[in-house]
Parts: sequence; structure tokens; C-alpha cells
Amino acid sequence: MIFIIWAIIFVLGIWIISTYNGLTALRLRIQNAWRQIDVQLKRRYDLIPNLVETVKGYMQYEQDTLQKVIEARSQAMAAKGVKESAEAQTALTQSLGKVFALMENYPELKASKNVLDLQEELTTTENQIAFARQYYNDLVTQYNTKQQVFPSNLLAGLFGFKPSELFEIAEAEKALPRVNLSLSR
Amino acid sequence: MLVFILFFLFIGGAVDYVHFDSFAPGRPFFPLATVASLGFAAFATLTAYYGGGDIILSSLGAEKLNLQIPEHRELHNVVTEMALASGSVMPRIFVIFDPAPNACATGTNEKNFAICVTSGLLALMDREETQGVIAHEMAHIRNEDVLLMTLVSILLGGIAILADWSRRGFYSSRSGRRLSGKNPLVFIPLALLIAFSPLIARLLAMAVSRQREYLADATAAEYTRNPRGLAHALEKIRDAAMPFYKATRGTAHLFFINPLRRSVDDRDGRLADLLSSHPPIERRIALLYRMAGLPSAAVDRAKLEGANIGRAETGS
Repeated sequence: MIFIIWAIIFVLGIWIISTYNGLTALRLRIQNAWRQIDVQLKRRYDLIPNLVETVKGYMQYEQDTLQKVIEARSQAMAAKGVKESAEAQTALTQSLGKVFALMENYPELKASKNVLDLQEELTTTENQIAFARQYYNDLVTQYNTKQQVFPSNLLAGLFGFKPSELFEIAEAEKALPRVNLSLSR
Repeated sequence: MLVFILFFLFIGGAVDYVHFDSFAPGRPFFPLATVASLGFAAFATLTAYYGGGDIILSSLGAEKLNLQIPEHRELHNVVTEMALASGSVMPRIFVIFDPAPNACATGTNEKNFAICVTSGLLALMDREETQGVIAHEMAHIRNEDVLLMTLVSILLGGIAILADWSRRGFYSSRSGRRLSGKNPLVFIPLALLIAFSPLIARLLAMAVSRQREYLADATAAEYTRNPRGLAHALEKIRDAAMPFYKATRGTAHLFFINPLRRSVDDRDGRLADLLSSHPPIERRIALLYRMAGLPSAAVDRAKLEGANIGRAETGS
């Protein structure tokens, strides 16, 4: 009889430890994923002035659009919190997309190796941001689900795990197809 | 996979029963042949395993990326994207200068993972398609398929050793004495099974490999959220039929599509399925289109072969 009680306590202990460790590990991975996004965003901030400088000479009639990109960039850099920065980043992505669409009208841009290099850099940065967010959201969903399903929800409440915030994308951006920035070969 | 392990244990037990009298009353119970063969095979395979992917890579003639070349830089960027999407560390990247479009992944832990792409693939694919292929290779890494296939080759080697011992023991003078006192109804089928076991084991290994290919395709779609890219890549490769001569039977399972590319791989059906390390390209494309929820020529064709597709899904 005493043996059975010990066995139950033992199994319970193992379960508590593994659940707690699982949740903590997820939380740390979420933090890390968030920092990964930041790294990519910083890279985008650095690339944008480069792009604007390079194409300014060619795109005489699009100064407004370029100006908007610069503004969106500084707004995004100033944004605080998950939600606000998500909105600012969306605006920046959209204004960049507009510049890339306009660039199609300037054949001499496509001929410049400098521009092509920059374009590839920005394409990959955009993709990396998207994929880093996707991974972040996957982790957060996993983390939040684990906190809400039985029986791990009991422990999550006991140890004070809080659900993390998803990185939501505005409806407008969802409606648009993913912009293909690479030039057709 | 479980079937594979059970099969190995069964063959091991059979050899023990037939040649070493392990399960006879009055002798110590110890499956000598099973343990010994597993030990031998594990030693041989693990040496190769820890020697690592580097041996394979150099045997394939893989070279490091040259970031001055735009295509290589694009590849580097695509791999970075997929490393982010899958949440793994950046693998090492290599290029094989060969016109056949193909890719492979090797390595055993986070530090020595490597992805290898042929220059033919880079020339043929656009960005979206390269992304699909790289996601597929990344999926192999994340699903720990390299580890799994190592285990498979240990079991495969073990069974080969067992069958070998059994064949030698059969002709040796002592076996006559051992045979007496055993029920021939048990003994003869067991001996036959042992004789054919290397073949059966190879078929099982192929089955495991095919399952992992389907899984990697599905995981790749999860990473890119774009099964169409991978499907287009497979379509392009199908149309650019070209064998990849540097690959051998031993490294075939590492690749994106079967590099040996015998005609049997393109056919659909039960027999063709048994003999290949990769599922038919046609079926992989159809499944990817189905994931994308897209109506396409491939899906129409898939409907005609509806029974086959259903089998692929339930069977894997």
C-alpha cells in the first residue's frame, strides 16, 4: 500500500517537473524568437536609407513615396509594445512594397547591379522578418495552448505563467498576396 | 520503424534458436547472436556517423559557397530564411558543381548540419522554388532523419551479419548435431526466413525512407506556408530528368529526389513503391497541391489515381 502511494507521488513529481520545465523552455524560446525578429528589423532599418539614396536619382517623380518610406521607418523605430510595433511595421512593409512596385517602371534601375544587390538584400530581409514572426507565433500558440489545456493548465496557473501576445497582422496586409520582389529572370 | 526493430529482434532470435540453441531448456538464456551482431553493426555505423557528414560531403565533391556569385548569395539568404522559419541554427551550406538538379542534407547535431545543393538546381529554380527545396532539407534536419537513417543502417547491417553467420554455420560440420532434436516444421521456415532476411530488411529500410520523404514535404510546407513552391520545384525536376552520377546507393536516401533515378521511380504502383527509396514524384506533387487546396492538373490526375493517393496518406 505504502509502495503505491510512493509510486503515485513519484509519477506526480516527474509530471510537475517536466511540465514546468517544458513551459519555461518555451517561454525562453519565445523571448529568443522575439529578439530574432528585432535583429531582422534592425537590418531593414539600416538598408532602407541605402535604398532610398540609390534610387532617388532615378525616380524623380516618386519623391513622395520615398518620403513616406522614410517616415514609416522612423515611426516603426519609435514604436513600443507588440501591438503598436506590429502596426508600424505593417505600414513600413506596405510603403516598401509600393516602392518596389514603382521600380518596375524604371528599366534603368533593373540594369544597375547595385540596385539588384540591394533588392535581393531587402527581399531576404522582408522574408526573414515574415518567417521569424511566423516562428514566433507558432511558439506563442504552442505556449498558450499548453497553458490552457488540461492538465497542464493547473500547473500554469499555480506557477503564474502568463499567455504571450501573438504578433497580429492587420487585415489589409493579409488581403494582399505576398509581394514577390525578385525580378523575373 | 517499430516493425523494423521487431523484425531485427525476430531474425536475431531465429538465428539464436537455430544455431546457438539459446532457447533450449538447460542452457543459459542469452541471445548471443542478436547482441553480437548488433554490436558489430553499431560499431561500424557509428564510426561513420561520428566521422560525420564530412566524409559524405567530400565524396560528393561539395564546395563552400562563394558569396560573390549572386546565385550563391541568394542561396545563402534562402537558407537563412528557412533556418529562421524552423527555429534552428544556421547550417553550413555547400554547392556541388553538377548539372543534375538535386539537394541533400547531412550532419548529426546542431553544429555539423550541412545542406548541399547542386549548381544545376540553382540554375533551374527561381527563389520560391529554391525556398521549397531548402525547406524540405531543413525539415529532414529538424525531424532528425539523419539520426533515424543511421539507426536503420545499424539494423540493416546487423541483419546482414546475422544472415552471413547463419549461412556459414549451416554448412559447418557442427550444425548436423544441432539440428537433431529440433522440430523441422519450425526449423525449415525459420532457416528460409533468415536466408531472405537481408532482402526483406532492405525493403523495410526503403519504406522508412519513403515515409520520411512524405513527412519532410509536409514539414516544408509548414515552414514556408507555401506548398506550391515545393510542388513547382518537383515539377521542374521531373521534367529535367537527369541522373546524378556522384551519388551512390549508400547516400541515395539523403537526397531531395532519388539521384539514381531508375525508371521504376516514375511509375506508380505497389511493386514500384517497394523498390524505391523515394516516393514517386508525381504523388508528392499531387499531395502538395492538395495541401495548398489548389485545383491543378496534378490534382486532376491525382483524382484518377484516387486509390493510390489514399493509400499514401493512410500508409505513411
